[in-house]
Amino acid sequence: MTKFEYSPAPESTAIVDIKSEYGLFINGKFVAPQGGKIFLTINPATEKALAKIGYASDSDVDKAVTAATEAFKKTWSKTSATERGKYLYRIARILQERAREFSVLESMDNGKPIKESRDVDIPLAAAHFFYHAGWADKLDFAGLGANPKPHGVVGQIIPWNFPLLMLAWKVAPALATGNTVVLKPAETTSLTALLFAEVCQQAGLPAGVVNIITGDGATGAYLVNHPGIQKIAFTGSTEVGKGIARALSGTNKALTLELGGKGANIVYDDAAIDEAVEGIVSGIFFNQGHVCCAGSRLLLQENIAEEVTEKLKRRMALIRVGDPLDKNTDLGAINSKAQLEKIQELTASGDVEGAERWSPECALPGVGFWFKPTIFSGVTQAHRIAREEIFGPVLSIITFRTPQEAIEKANNTPFGLSAGIWTDKGSKILWSAQRLKAGVIWANTFNKFDPASPFGGYKESGWGREGGRHGLAAYVKVAK
Amino acid sequence: MTRIDVLKSYKLFINGAFPRGESGRVYEVRDSQGKFLANPCQASRKDLREAVLAARTAQSGWVNSTAYLRGQILYRAAEMMQGRMSEFVDALVANEGKTSKAANDEVTEAIDTWVWYAGWCDKISTIAGSTNQVSGPYYNFTIPEAVGVVTIFADSKFTLLSLVSSIGAVISTGNSCIVIAAEKAPLTAITLAEVLGTSDLPAGVVNILTGKSAELVSWVGSHMDIDAVDVSGLSKKSEAEVRLAGADNLKRVHRFAEIKSPARILSFVESKTVWHPIGV
Repeated sequence: MTKFEYSPAPESTAIVDIKSEYGLFINGKFVAPQGGKIFLTINPATEKALAKIGYASDSDVDKAVTAATEAFKKTWSKTSATERGKYLYRIARILQERAREFSVLESMDNGKPIKESRDVDIPLAAAHFFYHAGWADKLDFAGLGANPKPHGVVGQIIPWNFPLLMLAWKVAPALATGNTVVLKPAETTSLTALLFAEVCQQAGLPAGVVNIITGDGATGAYLVNHPGIQKIAFTGSTEVGKGIARALSGTNKALTLELGGKGANIVYDDAAIDEAVEGIVSGIFFNQGHVCCAGSRLLLQENIAEEVTEKLKRRMALIRVGDPLDKNTDLGAINSKAQLEKIQELTASGDVEGAERWSPECALPGVGFWFKPTIFSGVTQAHRIAREEIFGPVLSIITFRTPQEAIEKANNTPFGLSAGIWTDKGSKILWSAQRLKAGVIWANTFNKFDPASPFGGYKESGWGREGGRHGLAAYVKVAK
Repeated sequence: MTRIDVLKSYKLFINGAFPRGESGRVYEVRDSQGKFLANPCQASRKDLREAVLAARTAQSGWVNSTAYLRGQILYRAAEMMQGRMSEFVDALVANEGKTSKAANDEVTEAIDTWVWYAGWCDKISTIAGSTNQVSGPYYNFTIPEAVGVVTIFADSKFTLLSLVSSIGAVISTGNSCIVIAAEKAPLTAITLAEVLGTSDLPAGVVNILTGKSAELVSWVGSHMDIDAVDVSGLSKKSEAEVRLAGADNLKRVHRFAEIKSPARILSFVESKTVWHPIGV
């Protein structure tokens, strides 16, 4: 049988103009960090440096908080809700106009396939601004109480898995509700946030309304503890999230958290198997599995486990791993060496604890950080790969006999972010959805996102929701 | 010859029963005149664990009952309290030194608060839920769901009213709870337990502990099977203690100023969003 291979179809990088060095975006301008301290951001697919990034020290964070405070007092709180909304509409439009540039830059800095940054991250980021723009002058009708008031200055810390999209999830609702922002992108993925700063300039957003400070965990910790901040919004690991909750336990700062997950993707024996296999693949291999709501535990009803696993392996053999900028690529680079090592360590524990590892034959590039799409079968509830978030393209397969057992196993985790249900029976979908302890349930689909759809976790997956009417509550003072 | 009154032994309320504290410890409660009132139990860490276990076990049945049924049971609590109204008024006057008018107002308000929350049970998802217009062929809706097991440190400004308001809000959506009664005025809480014990409320949905809140605070904060805490009755310092220890399992911690407020209900629900494709 002839096998047709795809020729390489790389997206050109000519559309992006990466500067050699970036300052911090404070009070509407790019400024050099104190003492000129910098760090490098690299392309994880080539390990080559892309740019020097300014490292925000304590005094830089102070400046950003001061700028945001002044902007809140003098400008933003005096801007009418309708006008606030119009700034957000402008930002949405500019993001659409510059979508290709953002997509290429995102794939270079993050390692994700261009087809995902182009078709998911960037369009959704623009959509988030467009959606929240419309809320700005309708907050009185959002069920948040009469005349909802913003917190003031909001500190936001975002992860590296969806850099611009997470920025949009944070910045759009904060601005729509009348807050000003100091945002810290993840250390390995600062570039699209810095390009977004240019968008703010183009949109004519008043100086100081959005400030972007780049740096590492220490920069973030200083921001969290800053007395000039009234609210913190964090997306990242459960471990860091709990640390922030502890740090703020004796303060009056508001806090919302979007943390880790270990989502169960349940396939019942009456599911449309081929569709389910597609859903399993997108559930765990989308964005290299760097997804907090990934369907990283596959729960298969025992009588179909063999069939589904075989079909899944056949499908996985078609996954194209490699150059993120190639339009045919399905699975790009792992975001960093540290993350790759974490995936390697956890999967090695799977081998040691007795699960059975399988990956398709596929050649990986010689440089960069890569991990083959991987499944483990024979996984028990006690295995680390069933309990801990791997945050990589690794799926743990567990079997069950009855729907009751499926629910019990799915809920047997301190996390509660997402879950999947595959069945052709409507009543079984609703029965399952009712019992699953998770904030987002995908039935006969997976990993779908929309600005109108609230997202967030039960239990140790976080506090609060982002998106939809519910997400607005995080950014206003709610009377209790 | 004057008759010797039959005094009541005040015990804990766990899983629908009235056990003594396992540690055998009691503490003395006096009325506003300094006269001896009772020796309520000083609940221990093990009593707390028993109460959490009862609350967790009861919660799945309670949340899966219909909102209509929950509403009727909350209304039933109002009925039972109305029948024992004079007992509550007398207790507030005698035990806490309230005037009979103030006591009367508080009890009637407490009864009406049961009725108010009874009416919320089958309406909260209408107010707090939504269907979401996503840009694609999907049906997408969000519903509020009980967070699980809630511990309540009730505000002690109005001993009875605050208890009813915090319990009613929490259980209306299908949560179960452990109430830590106000340390200085615990008797009202136990009398309230007698009302709940005859209101068709399933055992374990409400559990009431009396004792020293200072020692219970850290155990509540660190208990990994408590999902949320109402800290309205705690000092800011104790609240910080609950928050610090509670970060281990990311407990939802809330404080309330208003007595009757939908925020009391909405703070103890999680929003669940469900997606399904539309197609033939």
